[in-house]
Amino acid sequence: MATAEIITASDVLELARPLPLDCGQSLEGVRIAYEAYGTLSAARDNAVMVCHATTGDQHVASPHPITGKPGWWDRMVGPGKPIDTDRFYVLCANVIGGCMGSTGPSCLAPDGTPYAMRFPVITIRDMVRAHVALLEALGIQRLHAVVGGSMGGMQALSLAANWPDIPERVLAIASTGTMAAQNIAFQEVGRQAIMADPNWQGGNYYGTGHAPDAGLSVARMAAHITYLSEASLTGKFGRRLQDRQAKSFGFDADFQVESYLRHQGISFTSRFDANSYLYITRAMSYFDLAEEHGGLLADAFAETRARFCVVSFDTDWLYPTEQSRRLVHALSAAGAPVSFVELSAPFGHDSFLLDVPALDRVVTGFLSR
Amino acid sequence: MNNLRPDLAIIAGHVTTGARVLDVGCGDGTLLAVLRDEQGCNVHGMEIDAENVAECVAKGLSVIQGDADRDLVFYPDDTFDYAILSLTLQTTMRPDRVLEELLRVGRRAFVSFPNFAHWRVRLSLLWGGRMPVTRLLPAAWYETPDIHHVTIADFLAFVAQRGIKVERAWFLSGGKRIGAVAANFRAEHAVFLISR
Repeated sequence: MATAEIITASDVLELARPLPLDCGQSLEGVRIAYEAYGTLSAARDNAVMVCHATTGDQHVASPHPITGKPGWWDRMVGPGKPIDTDRFYVLCANVIGGCMGSTGPSCLAPDGTPYAMRFPVITIRDMVRAHVALLEALGIQRLHAVVGGSMGGMQALSLAANWPDIPERVLAIASTGTMAAQNIAFQEVGRQAIMADPNWQGGNYYGTGHAPDAGLSVARMAAHITYLSEASLTGKFGRRLQDRQAKSFGFDADFQVESYLRHQGISFTSRFDANSYLYITRAMSYFDLAEEHGGLLADAFAETRARFCVVSFDTDWLYPTEQSRRLVHALSAAGAPVSFVELSAPFGHDSFLLDVPALDRVVTGFLSR
Repeated sequence: MNNLRPDLAIIAGHVTTGARVLDVGCGDGTLLAVLRDEQGCNVHGMEIDAENVAECVAKGLSVIQGDADRDLVFYPDDTFDYAILSLTLQTTMRPDRVLEELLRVGRRAFVSFPNFAHWRVRLSLLWGGRMPVTRLLPAAWYETPDIHHVTIADFLAFVAQRGIKVERAWFLSGGKRIGAVAANFRAEHAVFLISR
């Protein structure tokens, strides 16, 4: 993605006041692109905020404007679906630092040139601060629920910890209260791949006609492996060869799995900005709710009166069940009403996005009462 | 009223209105839902089976997938007015520790278990020489989850030795209440309310 300005058909809110950030700086003229589904009740008490994952965006249940694919959680959000838009007013906002219309490194700074690496390093809490500003602008004081998987779950937890009066229910799927070393490590690999690409140009690639697509593509390939399970890769590809009868004794994509990953990497570059990838993964690696609250995770939830539901998947080795359990024990110690279930699904971390009927039942049940 | 299992009906009938309750091994949440809906209790559950937990969440209950042997340690002392362990004691790895934990996280505990000294069980062993398969102990020896069989006399000896107080006891046979006379012989099933 080499352009600086992204055209979005989503609603865009421009914040009247600067947005203060955890790093000490503040951002002027912040724009928040969001999609809304359903109708806000007269009492304004039926809003559900869905938070997207690392490379997601606000198009949770509407077609992606670049790829044309259905919304990333189309199976979960819609009329009669678990997050029922006949009943709930469902909001999903692109995170700040993103590249689908919310203010991020590809946007123009006040001096009229793209921020690039002058964009301040943001945190998950900063993303949530922007969400809160959006809710204020829409006149929504309480959320029926905040829901998210992976990085979306981190935002949901951060909202409960830092703005305890807003969410009545918090649903964190395949997520964690503290980013673990292994996850930090994988994301560093992705960032280094981007920054090692000569086309990255210190981040100032906008308008040059050369973007670090090769680096971003490698970052995506590495990350994509972590979203799947060994069994799902084996089941889908095995050792099958790609459009050939024998190994080529060369370095083409001999194997189907190689071809698949290359395709995933390349197609990703058409919809995502490399600098956004740097900033968003940085925010995740800084995420530690315990550290934010004096070192004890339970203290993060001392003020909340929300009900929590934590879901993990047995094949998710990126955000393993143990991390969800730690979160659940902290919530129990804080006296918060919490449900926890480890669901069985074959798809690894990506299970939260895929066809897992038990997840539908849990989401439906948790939101309905 | 409700169609609770007899031991659960006894427990529900003696939990005070509005109490804070933890049901360990809560299954599909039937008891918790009754305590919440009919007695205004603040209810929590722990259950080992994911399908059951999903069912509980669908009922709007707060239930943690967990193991009585391992996961009670994460609750602070005196978190609950009542901790409930119904037909679960005999399935735990260390019933002694689980009972101690119940009385740490709860100020009082309801414990119910199938009585292994019931006369049918005794007959099966004495005359048949076979591990009993009964209404309350329906699985064969090789597949039963009941790994620590216990009798009413064992339980009473245990609580006496540990200085645990028995506040009330109820005995059941064929789903009906029976008296305390020769309970260890006549009762299929016992429910105790214990405290420190």
